Amino acid sequence: MIPAPFAYARPTTVEEALQAIADCGEDVKVLAGGQSLIPVMRLRLAAPETVVDLGKVAGLRGVRDDGDAIVIGAMTTHSDVLADPLVAEHAPLIAEATGTVADRQVRHRGTFGGALVHADPAGDLPAVALALDAEFVVAGQSGRRTVPAGEFFVDYLTTAVGEGELLVEVRVPKYTGWSMRYEKFNRVAQAWSIVAVAAAVRREDGRIAEARVGLTNMGPTPLRARQVEEALAGAEATAEAVAAAAERAAEGTDPTSDLNAQADYRQHLAKVLTRRAVSTAAGL
Amino acid sequence: MTPITVRVDGASYTDDVEPRTLLVHYLREQLGKVGTVVGCDTSNCGACTVHLDGEAVKSCTVLAVQADGSEVTTIEGVAGGAGLHPVQKAFHEMHGLQCGYCTPGMIMASIDLLKDNPDPSDDEVREGIEGNLCRCTGYQNIVRAVRHAAAEMRGGANGVPSGSVSPAVVDTAAAPHVAVQS
Ligand SMILES: Cc1cc2nc3c(=O)[nH]c(=O)nc-3n(C[C@H](O)[C@H](O)[C@H](O)COP(=O)(O)OP(=O)(O)OC[C@H]3O[C@@H](n4cnc5c(N)ncnc54)[C@H](O)[C@@H]3O)c2cc1C
Ligand code: FES
Ligand code: FES
Repeated sequence: MIPAPFAYARPTTVEEALQAIADCGEDVKVLAGGQSLIPVMRLRLAAPETVVDLGKVAGLRGVRDDGDAIVIGAMTTHSDVLADPLVAEHAPLIAEATGTVADRQVRHRGTFGGALVHADPAGDLPAVALALDAEFVVAGQSGRRTVPAGEFFVDYLTTAVGEGELLVEVRVPKYTGWSMRYEKFNRVAQAWSIVAVAAAVRREDGRIAEARVGLTNMGPTPLRARQVEEALAGAEATAEAVAAAAERAAEGTDPTSDLNAQADYRQHLAKVLTRRAVSTAAGL
Repeated sequence: MTPITVRVDGASYTDDVEPRTLLVHYLREQLGKVGTVVGCDTSNCGACTVHLDGEAVKSCTVLAVQADGSEVTTIEGVAGGAGLHPVQKAFHEMHGLQCGYCTPGMIMASIDLLKDNPDPSDDEVREGIEGNLCRCTGYQNIVRAVRHAAAEMRGGANGVPSGSVSPAVVDTAAAPHVAVQS
């Protein structure tokens, strides 16, 4: 099926894009890589009156070094992220999770920013951004603001990016001396996560000094497994200690039951995948 | 209507398109490039794969207006003239197709994979073409075809990857009751 008719704007700067969104009233959709938006428009699950295409907007694509952080432009494609040396060095968890997204064709078009703003509970990048305490730079006509990851994912498919605003870039702190692992459970190729776990661990003298754990598809938004993180902080870096901490991964989660899995099975998966992700990240 | 200019298989076109036109429909219906096919409504099957500025994309999930100013290569232009591209030839030789519906997309995705990884293992081929579904072959001969093409493109000995045997031999070994016709 083809999408319903819409008016089309192709701005070349962020300011023009914001103006185009403002001019078009309420029923406007921003088009990034189109790998989520075009499928839902084809199925007529979305039929915006106007589409504002960010494809030709300058300055939103690429990764740059910014001292103690790397900054990933919202329009950086998944395949650009995968090939980027700064991501590989300072936030390899992002590359690992991005490599599990869809297939190479979709990764050539889909963008880092689009995946985050889309905020699908089964999407792989939101939990990673949350685990890494990323900061989201959001532009509106009144200027730019920075939203911490903990406040960015508001609800099912809903983020802090308001009407008339754009996500322009994402700052990710450099994780020097950390090791990371993304464990994704899905059944077939190019499938979304049934559950996935993003883990980052810093070891010090046989102990786990700090750990960060993000959960994919364990509720309407990505979640941090805070109880696991607390249990791991200062724990001995042993398989037993990690297994004990991972038992707490489902606490406070609210996963859905759907065709892929029941909620209790998802909670079981969260524990198993947390144990595997943290163990691998900790080099156990 | 929105004006676009694209190069497709080496020729330049300037056209007015409705913004909602999918690239695959522009290619098929406006340019007559019917070698690229549509196999699904959900961006899953990969049958519509073309190269957009040198990268494999699902042309059912790109708007024609997004291709403005870009270079598109379809299965019809992949050999760049007469004859077959080595990957096309390998699909033919290794029986990498049955009904052939998935084949244009399989070939376009495989060429894209071999650009990044000129010597993929079986597993790497399977992962590299995970965005393409085949309802007929069971993938075995597709994987063989891609590795065969890879060897040929690397200029390996006789174009045959080590351990590569013809499909007839393998299929007969797997099913000894099948008589080999010679
Ligand atoms: C077959 C298939 C399989 C997939 N599998 C996975 C998977 O396993 N894991 C996974 O995580 N994802 C998967 N995806 C989705 C993929 O990651 C998409 O790339 C991503 O969800 C959306 O990115 P996009 O750039 O294509 O955004 P678009 O589709 O263009 O936009 C998505 C939404 O975000 C909004 N938006 C985009 N950019 C901005 C911005 N800068 N500012 C404000 N709003 C914005 C749009 O208005 C729209 O509502 C899959 C997609 C397909 C087609
Ligand atoms: S037609 Fe199925 S992915 Fe494009
Ligand atoms: S050969 Fe028939 S779908 Fe692949």
